[in-house]
Amino acid sequence: MTPLSGTTAPPPLSRVAPARSRAGLADPVVLVYLALVAVYLIGWIIVGMRGGDFVTVANTVTILQNSAALGLVAIGQTYAILAGSLDLSVAYLISLVTLITAQVMEAAGIVAGVAAALLLAGLVGLGNGLIVTKLKVNAFIATLGVALILRGYLENTYTGPAGDVPTEFQRLGYDRIGPLPVSVFLVAAVATLTWFVLRRTSLGHHIYAVGGDREVARLSGVRTDRTVIAAHVLCSLCAGLAGVFLASRLGAGAPLAGTDGQYDLVSIAAVVLGGSLLAGGRGGVIGTIGGVLILSVLDNVFDQLGVDPFFKNVVRGVVIIAAVALYARQSVARRRQQDQRRSG
Amino acid sequence: MRARIRSTLTIMSVSTLLVLGACTSEVPADTDLGTETTGADAAGESEFFVQSDYEAQMALREATPEGPDDRPWEQMIDPEMIDTSEYQQDGPHNLCFSNAGLFNSWRAVGWRTMQAEVALHPEIENFTALDGQGQDDKQISDIGSLAAQDCDALIVSPNTTATLTPAVEAACGEVPVIVFDRGVETDCPVTFISPIGGYAYGAAGAEFLRDEVEPGGSVLALRIAPGVDVLEHRWAAAERVFEDSDLEIVGVQFTEDDPATAKNIVSDYIQRTGGLDGVWMDAGATSVAVTEAFEDAGMEIPPIVGEDQQDFLQAWQDKDLTAIAPGYPTFQWRTPVIAALRILNGEEVPREWRLPQPVVTEDNLDSYLQEGMPPQHYALCGCEDLPGFPEEWGG
Amino acid sequence: MSDTVAPEARRAGLRLPAALSASTPVFVLLGVLLIVLAFVDIGFYEPDRLLAFIRRAAPLIILAAGQYFVMVSGGFDLSVGSIVTVGVVVAAELFNIVPDMPWPVAVLILLVAGMVVGLLNGLVSTVLAVPSFITTLGMMLILQGAVFFWTQGAPRGYLSEGYRTLGRGMVPGLPWLPWAVVVLVVIAVAAVLFMRSDTGRTLVATGDNDAAAALSGVRVHRLRVSAFVLSGLAAAMAAVLVGGFTGISAQAGNGMEFEAITAVVLGGVALGGGRGSVVAAMAGALSLQTLFTLLTMLGVSGALESTVQGVIVIAAVALGAVSWSRRRRVPNSTKERR
Repeated sequence: MTPLSGTTAPPPLSRVAPARSRAGLADPVVLVYLALVAVYLIGWIIVGMRGGDFVTVANTVTILQNSAALGLVAIGQTYAILAGSLDLSVAYLISLVTLITAQVMEAAGIVAGVAAALLLAGLVGLGNGLIVTKLKVNAFIATLGVALILRGYLENTYTGPAGDVPTEFQRLGYDRIGPLPVSVFLVAAVATLTWFVLRRTSLGHHIYAVGGDREVARLSGVRTDRTVIAAHVLCSLCAGLAGVFLASRLGAGAPLAGTDGQYDLVSIAAVVLGGSLLAGGRGGVIGTIGGVLILSVLDNVFDQLGVDPFFKNVVRGVVIIAAVALYARQSVARRRQQDQRRSG
Repeated sequence: MRARIRSTLTIMSVSTLLVLGACTSEVPADTDLGTETTGADAAGESEFFVQSDYEAQMALREATPEGPDDRPWEQMIDPEMIDTSEYQQDGPHNLCFSNAGLFNSWRAVGWRTMQAEVALHPEIENFTALDGQGQDDKQISDIGSLAAQDCDALIVSPNTTATLTPAVEAACGEVPVIVFDRGVETDCPVTFISPIGGYAYGAAGAEFLRDEVEPGGSVLALRIAPGVDVLEHRWAAAERVFEDSDLEIVGVQFTEDDPATAKNIVSDYIQRTGGLDGVWMDAGATSVAVTEAFEDAGMEIPPIVGEDQQDFLQAWQDKDLTAIAPGYPTFQWRTPVIAALRILNGEEVPREWRLPQPVVTEDNLDSYLQEGMPPQHYALCGCEDLPGFPEEWGG
Repeated sequence: MSDTVAPEARRAGLRLPAALSASTPVFVLLGVLLIVLAFVDIGFYEPDRLLAFIRRAAPLIILAAGQYFVMVSGGFDLSVGSIVTVGVVVAAELFNIVPDMPWPVAVLILLVAGMVVGLLNGLVSTVLAVPSFITTLGMMLILQGAVFFWTQGAPRGYLSEGYRTLGRGMVPGLPWLPWAVVVLVVIAVAAVLFMRSDTGRTLVATGDNDAAAALSGVRVHRLRVSAFVLSGLAAAMAAVLVGGFTGISAQAGNGMEFEAITAVVLGGVALGGGRGSVVAAMAGALSLQTLFTLLTMLGVSGALESTVQGVIVIAAVALGAVSWSRRRRVPNSTKERR
């Protein structure tokens, strides 16, 4: 068996056990939300000093609405990354899903559209998973290859927006329940479900185990291939939901919806910003949501301040690196402590 | 994979860059044209061809615009004026702008020009701009959040025609909306501003080659990417001109707007066919690289179609090219500000504000070429009289 | 051709037997592509066209060599594409600020800047323990954002004729030989010599098992940082060639990072490091470029091109994985683990 070397490295001794201790997990998540609060407060103060209103219902809705699509993709990416894999095909998958959703909805109604979208997404995820596990192609290359295949199909088939989403379905993208956009409930539901799967089911435990150390997981009886495939299918399904959401928002399928949003790299960045280990085995969906919100709040603050859009990228890059460096520092320190305790 | 990202960028930049307003990709195919495909991948353009739009644009090229000659951004062709007194209000005004993004130098030049235009008007108290970063979803939110603020008028430069239509429609209910560059599929905006369009652009270059290249000469057509409506319009018009000419189109190739690709393609053609008698291009960003391909092969540069980008105009003058440069003028970024103020003053504006679309030729090259501007400056910026010129534009 | 990548000759010189089996698919792939190309385009092997082709492939091959150093030691460098773009734009900016700058100075500044970026990548990845995927992704965002923030969205200034010699010109006295080919050969030879040196072999060993390497006295961090510095240097050199060849472009390096990584992986280098040769990585880049050329020649529509590319990349790596796993040892316990 070839491990996904770059991304799934076995953990050091202190992390060999597949089940993670709750306390160890809490750290990065707490950090993420502290950072989120800090970014929010700083944004509030700076925007306030410039005479703007930051903490308003309208602005909060904007932040949440802008988090929805990325949130869904990043939740999916969390599965893949925790399992020691990653998925670079999500951006093209999202584009394709918006188109399929809109076209099928136009022809056969809302239910059929959503079903077709999720079926397609599931199949792509299955393909990713099979290539990674059965063909033993590294996840980076496998999903990059699948991304290229999807891209070729997209560009060869579509020359512009296609399909038409019924007005009722656009309510998913635009309506609010109370002050909150419908999409927030969608993301919350998917996040809760993901939390449940990861924490309370054997699949979830297997995902952590495989991501932590594939070989150890295999030796302790986990069907590693199946687990990785399941993680990829779940990842693609979430990306599919993001595509469905974008279709409702855009009113049509858009061949560039996924790539324009750079959902592939940004979703990975969001997961890692949320405190999950890129190598897999540690982290979780709560942190991911925090990571997504940090990016959205930052974006919103920059918009309010009229910051040059190019400068946003600089700050994004710095924030991502700094955050991960901080987590790495923490985990090194913690490991050292544990080691000392053990030897002492 | 480079192409992966590049084509994303180019398609999105180009589509926004060059767009023809109300004629969108959704318009059903007009199949009575029977266009011959002249090269690989040339099939399918009839899907984008609308005969009546084509004819209308050809006619508009000849029309004399109304308005001051030295201020083409205030000119209008065949305007149908509408009353705007319902929007009249006292200043100072809060103007808002939802920009599709700044993903290419055409937009960068335009954005700078728009900001300078805003600075000319003291009655604009606040100018709030949000950048959609090339994402439809982000721009939809931007428009929503601007419409919810106390904007007196909202200017929109849409990223994608079809997908931004609902957001613009929603905004129309809150505030007077001005759309420019690329259009939307609704007539709810008070006015829609754009130059004549892609057919006129494409035809200008093709007619030039028809007149300049010896009959029977071989011409290479370089396009950025298939499937982008405005680029398809440019090519559709050029193809019609070529069909009626004696020129032989030896190839239609896609460059993804990458100068290296363009240079390589042209080098290959020169090596394989022994030379070309003309090059038609649907956009000018790679035109200098194309001229270099001829130079590197030790050949004379044949008649070539470029765009009003500074580096091409400079090369045109330095190398004494036989060339033409149709333009999709960046001065259209001034017009929405002017339109917004007219609307807030209750003055009439045209329902469709058609701007002239100048073509740089041998005769007027000197008047457009400005020494010392950066290579990706656009000569049709109409920005020479604005405060801060040329430093703010990189000159 | 024979000067740049002579698989047989170089391969024979490799010390690591493992590299042989891992690299085989790429040489088969390259051979097949080159043969097919000969049938599709009869004139392809005329000397000047072949040289033109190699010149065209030079930036990617150089990038692949740089990427190889990072990948074989267990990391990723996603920032190389942005280094190319930024290199082209910054060079123009340099000439805009100091129009009379001698071109070698500009080249030197660029190369040093590339190394500094690599140094930062390396330090953040090692000392701060940030996974290189994230470090270099962040660096990509930072570089792109910073350069366009600086130039306000469009490059300013022109590249001087002298500066463009390396990318565009021919060697004086040998009007058929492009400078870019010479540069490529020099870099290829240097890369091979480096990999045959003790340092080079230690680099592979580090990627293979850094704990073991550390125990045997290797300064793992320092080696990995040097790998990033070399990658940054290679990317800056590619920027010089790309800018020289085509002049100003604000998207010169777009997507090149994925091409370079694909090339290296095609060359049989495992993600996570520890095996594969630099020659095979460069052959991977050449294969990729040959594939692009072939697809264009065959008239495969630009759209389907990426599908074909995706299938071939997956297939080639899958084949490599199969042939490799047969002789695989017990997996090692390190690599970049964050």
